[in-house]
Amino acid sequence: MEATIHHALLTLASSLEGVDAVEQLARSFALLAGFDEHVVSDIALATREATVNAIIHGNQQHPGKAISAELDLTAEELVIRITDQGEGFQPEEVPDPLHEDNLLRSSGRGVFLMRQTMDDVHFSKHNTGSTITLRKHRT
Amino acid sequence: MEIKIRQVNGVTVLDLSGRITLGDGTGQLRSAMQDALAAGSKKILLNLQDVTYIDSAGLGELVSGYTTVKNAGGELKLLNLSKKVKDLLVITKLLTVFDIKDDETAAIASFS
Repeated sequence: MEATIHHALLTLASSLEGVDAVEQLARSFALLAGFDEHVVSDIALATREATVNAIIHGNQQHPGKAISAELDLTAEELVIRITDQGEGFQPEEVPDPLHEDNLLRSSGRGVFLMRQTMDDVHFSKHNTGSTITLRKHRT
Repeated sequence: MEIKIRQVNGVTVLDLSGRITLGDGTGQLRSAMQDALAAGSKKILLNLQDVTYIDSAGLGELVSGYTTVKNAGGELKLLNLSKKVKDLLVITKLLTVFDIKDDETAAIASFS
């Protein structure tokens, strides 16, 4: 396991007002990692999508539930974990947004965009909620 | 996000600037398109030249606007996409949905 160079943990209420703060934190870490602006923007977008997902789908915007954003920058990669206190969801159950029947849907592109912009996206469920882990390799 | 509205040869041009993201950005865009339709405009051109960032909700709002305008018997087209926004439309296959222009004069003339 690579030693962490930079670490941050942000805990927020289940409100969309906090999404920008998480996105900005991810952007800051991506800049620290030395990614170019195109990749920084991708990381910010994936983090935004994961955070919105946690607040809306994970916690159902329940005021009594929190989300956390944990960021670790190592020599090899940037890891972003967004954790909610919800029941979780099955990403494979999300309809394929590229399917002809779904192109005109107004939602359902978040997970797809995460996967398109990051090197690895992992969904896990645990006793107290669910975590989306986003990874971007530095080399 | 900021929206400025112009009328050019019978086309309602919405000059968008800033971020089209879940919340204020998507809400403003939805309201502006609804207002244009309510005012009788059936030809709407979204100028995205100064849009710096768009998320999945923003993409969804563009799609909803396209569908709403089309169902009302109108046309909605996009103008001046940044490379980043265009890339997102490519990977989501939405480039196949929208009529996208990169010259305003030609875009205005293209409305039926």
